[in-house]
Order: sequence, then structure tokens, then C-alpha cells
Amino acid sequence: MKKKKNSFWEFFSSVKLALFCFFTLAIASIAGTIIPQKESPGFYIGKYGESTAEMFRLLNIPDMYNSWWFLSILSLFSMNLIVCSIDRLPTVWKLVTMDNLATKVNRLEKMTPRIRFGTKQPKQEVVAQVEQTLKGAGWKSSQGEREGGTLLFAQKTPWVRFGVYVVHLSILVIFAGAIIGTLYGSKGSIMLREKNVAPYFFEFGSSEKAMLGFEVRCDNFKLTYYDTGAPKEFRSDLTVIDGGQEVLKKSIVVNDPLQYKGYTFYQSSYQAYEEYWVTVQNQNNGAKKTFLARPGVELKWQEAGINLGIVNLLQPDRWGRYRLKIWFSDGKGEPSVFWLDGETLVSVERSDAAYAFNSKQVYATGLQIAKDPGVWPVYIGCTMMLLGLVIAFFLSHKRLWVYIYEEENKTRILVAGSSNKNKVGFENMFNTLVEKLEDNETLQLGKE
Amino acid sequence: MDSSKLLGITTFIYLFSSMIYMIMFIFRVKKIGMLATVATIIGFLTQTAGIGMRWLESYQMGIGHAPLSNMYESLVFFSWSIVILYLFIEYIYKNKVIGAFAVPFAFASMAYASLSPEFSSAITPLVPALQSNWLIAHVFTCFIGYAAFAVACGTGIMYLVKSLDKGKSPGSLLATLPSLTAIDDITHKIILFGFIWLSGGIISGAVWANSAWGTYWSWDPKETWSLITWFIYASALHARFTRGWGGKRIAWIAIIGFLAVCFTYYGVNFLLSGLHSYGG
Repeated sequence: MKKKKNSFWEFFSSVKLALFCFFTLAIASIAGTIIPQKESPGFYIGKYGESTAEMFRLLNIPDMYNSWWFLSILSLFSMNLIVCSIDRLPTVWKLVTMDNLATKVNRLEKMTPRIRFGTKQPKQEVVAQVEQTLKGAGWKSSQGEREGGTLLFAQKTPWVRFGVYVVHLSILVIFAGAIIGTLYGSKGSIMLREKNVAPYFFEFGSSEKAMLGFEVRCDNFKLTYYDTGAPKEFRSDLTVIDGGQEVLKKSIVVNDPLQYKGYTFYQSSYQAYEEYWVTVQNQNNGAKKTFLARPGVELKWQEAGINLGIVNLLQPDRWGRYRLKIWFSDGKGEPSVFWLDGETLVSVERSDAAYAFNSKQVYATGLQIAKDPGVWPVYIGCTMMLLGLVIAFFLSHKRLWVYIYEEENKTRILVAGSSNKNKVGFENMFNTLVEKLEDNETLQLGKE
Repeated sequence: MDSSKLLGITTFIYLFSSMIYMIMFIFRVKKIGMLATVATIIGFLTQTAGIGMRWLESYQMGIGHAPLSNMYESLVFFSWSIVILYLFIEYIYKNKVIGAFAVPFAFASMAYASLSPEFSSAITPLVPALQSNWLIAHVFTCFIGYAAFAVACGTGIMYLVKSLDKGKSPGSLLATLPSLTAIDDITHKIILFGFIWLSGGIISGAVWANSAWGTYWSWDPKETWSLITWFIYASALHARFTRGWGGKRIAWIAIIGFLAVCFTYYGVNFLLSGLHSYGG
């Protein structure tokens, strides 16, 4: 990697740049939470004055998070992640795959923790015993002859050194998902009145119509309340019509959307109208008709010879309960005038038939519509991030060397270890292992 | 016995154990340490029962939901998270002095929840936006993270207090604190722990937002501030891993980071408007 180490490369691989990005992104984000975003130009003039508003406009402050400069910092941050990972990976790769049996004995002499023992036992016996003890403690060792002695080496989880790069990569994967979403995704909303059909929706930001390629119909919208008067549920019964066929029906609520052909329909708001669906049924012959009724407008059911209308109205209270006063005539005798209590069924006796009435307020459901093919990359990135963080923070690459050599008619044992993280924890583990060696009666170790 | 009584008692137990931990530290009476631990455990059990009761009561009212839905409930849960985390740390490090710097946060959170007139302790039904299984996952991850950062702030303060001890006189008050290296190590580890949970909290929030609104990230003030907090701790970790930052600088970042946590948690709801207006 040496040849690449020019100043450009160094700049992009530096931690300084990472810290600079964190800092500027944080400061800019703070500004974005204080200055309201995506308001009308008039709003900024009214709130901050003409000249400040103009400056805001030039710097894209009203849509800061999508501004050229904010995206530039994010690009710089991505470059930083890529270059620093490319810069450091070869070294880490070497650390993970290196032949640790080639470690020089004088390097072991400088490691902490390390400890030296001596024993009268023959070297061959000592090597076998140490290997056994290590194995018993979960350290499978390999061995080689070095500088006249035998070197045993064992390690645990060398791959955890890649953990931090998994985290770095996860951020890039999330960014990639976000870019895919921006390029190929589409988001918007529509206010869809009951019984109406929408082949399109209005995209956010452009208010242009985006065609769905199929149609969605709102069959019914229902708003329910808790006893306290707080809204309990917004529910829309939706039908998807594709190629003239009803292909999917689903009742959606907030947190439970409908999905079809890459589009997801979310319950987001509603609108109530001062209009009512009034259903009349002749209970003798079963004939039934639903009218869209506005107060003060007379309705006709030609075939049945019926006229009716809403002559008075009590507005909905905080539980959505309303009352309609209905005027009804079937042409036989005096017309009936009576109250309909919200959605409850009311039966009215006429001279030659009984009629059942009920009503429902007319609503439009506010749907949020999204198609975002970048969501899966984002989720994969998030999973990678959590896994990577756990690996990078809580697992360590532990290495253990035991060098056994003969000197002055004695067999000497040098135990040394190193861990890339959590030195305190590693030292405890090292000491436990050393105790096991000391407890081995065949070895008869004496501290030196 | 109802949940509000149990939670009221909890507040007093935490006050009591905070005081014992402080007395133990300030007057160097090691003997009462056990009392502080036992009191904290009793407080924790009472609080757990209180939270459980509240959960049950909401079902009895016919509006059953996990008690994690508003500012009051989240403060109670914040306090609960701090205590369980602290007890774990005390068990691992066999050191009770940290209690004097951690348990007061749990008490403060409970006291604020019960005394502040702006939060109602009444059990209220869930608004449609909160009716999701993600509620528990999201609040749980966030608050374990917040609690870790509260404790890290406590140990950060402890570090700064200890570093005042220039003379290193063996009999002094500050000598009873763990060594500077040990405190530094604890602070660092708690920050690592908190960082994972904060990341998990942000991610669970993003997944939830996507399943409720179709947008996993919308630069809502709460989201943005959680990201700012994430940046602060990410900076601390990078400075430590690559430039060996430690000691006072990390202690200060632990304190500043926790202020950002407080703003994310509390300040955003009252000073900035956004999607999280229902609190928590």
C-alpha cells in the first residue's frame, strides 16, 4: 500500500476527516431541527425577515437535509469510510491470517501479560503436558521449532478484527439503500373518498400525479373512539382492482398497511364530510337502496315511488355521534319524520310496508403511498451494523504463545499472550490459564 | 396495593438508597454498603411489581398496553433501566461507590415523573399511531441505551471528582473511589454498551416508522437528535480507538453525551415539534 500514501489518500483515510464529518453533520442537523423545514417561502420571510430568508434560500436551508452541501458532507463521509477501510484492511488481513509461529522469541519477552517458569522435567514431556493443559482450557495449539526451542501457539476469534469494517460497510449499505430509494422509489399521498377509485396518487414535493398501474378503491372508512373521546382506530377497507378484476381486499389501520406490486398503502389521515350514506330497505320485499344525502336536498327512489331527505342535523359530538332528522314519503298517506341516531338501525311502519333505515357519515381516507425498493438494503445494513458493533465491541482476538526451551539443565517455559481489546479481561483469563499450568503436577513448575 | 402506590414507594426507596450510597462514600462507612445494595434491590423489585401492576391495570381497564406509552411511563422505565444496569455493574465490579453516582439518576427520574405537574400518571389508551408491537422493542432498546449513558455520565463525573485528588493521600475521601484507570475503563465499556442499544433504538424506530408511515427516516427532530447523540458517542469511540483518548476527555464526552441524550429524550418534546409529540 505504500505507493498510494500520497496526501490525497491520507486525507481521505484519516480519522480527522471522520471526526470532522461527525461534527459538521451534527451541527448542521441541529440547525435543521431548529429552523423549520420544508415550509413555504413566505413562512421564512415572515419569521426571519427578507434578507435572512434570501440567504436561507441560497443555502437551501428550507430543505437542508437534501441540499447540495449536506449531501456533499455525506459523500465526503462515504469516501472517508471507503478509503479508510481500503487503507486498513490489508494490515488487518495480515493480522488475521499471519503465521504466529513465526513470532520472534524476543517479541514474546516484551509482551504483557507474560510469565516464565522452570522445571526439571524433560522438554518433550513438558511440551506434551502444556499442549494438553491448553487443550483442556479450550485452546487448540499448533507448534513449531524456533530458535532451538518449541513454540506453541493458540488463538481465539481472529476474525473479530473485521467487526469494525462490517460496521463501516453497513453504513455504506444503508446509504446505498437510501440512494436506491431516491432514484427508483416514489412517495406520496391521496385523499380517497369512500366508494371512489384512484388509479394514481400525488407525489410529495412535486404534486404531480403518479400512476399506480392498477386501481385502489376505498369501500368504507370507520373511525372509532375510546370512552375518553380520544381516537381509537382509523380503519379503511380497501380493494385493489387490477385489469378490471378485484384482486385484493384488506382492511388497513395505522401500523398495518396494504401491499401490492411494490406499493404500500398506509392509513395516515381522514376527512369527514357533512354528507351521509342513508340506506333504506323495504322489509316486505327486501328492496334496498343507499343514497348519498346532503342536508336539505331531496332524494328520489323512482322505482319504489319514494322521496326522502335530511331535514335537520345534530353535529357529531366528540365520540363521532350525530343525529339526522329524516323526512320520508312513499306517496301513501302523511310523510314520516323521525330521528336517525347515528348508525343505529331504525324501523318505520307505513300503511303497506315497513322500512328500515340506517346511516353513516361520509369520509375520505387519507392514504400515504410508498414504493421504496431501497428498504431491504437499508434493513440489511442495519442488521450488519448491530452484528458488527457487537463483534467489534465485545469480542476480542486473543493470542497465546508458549515457548519451551532447554537452558542450564532445566526446561524453561515462557508464556505470553496478547489481546486486541479488553486487556483487563484477557489478563484475568491468562492468569486462570497459568494457574492451570501450575496445578499440573507432572510439570512441577517453579516461577522464575 | 395498586401500581401508583408501589411506584410511589419506589421513589422513596431510591431516595433512601441514594442517600446511603452517598453517606457510605462521603463518610467512608463501608459497613452500610450492604444496606444500600439491599435497599436498591428491594426498590427495584417494588418498581418491577409496580410496572407489572400498571400493565395489568391497563388490561383491567380494557385498554391493555405495555406501560411505555407516555412521558410518565417512560421516566419510570428509564429509572428501572438505570437500576438494573447499575446492579449488574455493581455485581460485576464488586464496587458499591459507583452507586453514589448512578442511583441518584434513578431517583431523580422517579421523582420527576411523580412530582412534575405536567405529566399525568393516569393510564390512558393508546393513540392509533402507537398501537404496534414495535412500541415495546423501540422503547426498550432506546431506554436501555439512555440508562447506560446516564450511568456513564455518573462514572464520568466520578472520574473528574477523583482526578481532583492531586495529593493522592491514602486517607482522603477520594481514595475510596476506584483507580482512575478503572473508572475510565468502566465508563468506556458502558458507553460501548449504550452505543449498541442506541443504535438498536434508532434502527427499531426506523423500522417502525417504515411500517407505520412508509418512511424509515424523515429527519423528524427526535430522529435527528438521536442521530446527533449517536455522532457524539461515535466521535468518542473513534477518538479512543485510534488516538487513545481517555481520562478526562472521555469523562467530559460522557457528560456532554448524556446532555444530548436528555435533550433527545426530553428537550425535543417540549422545544421542537415533530412526530414524537405524544412523548417518550
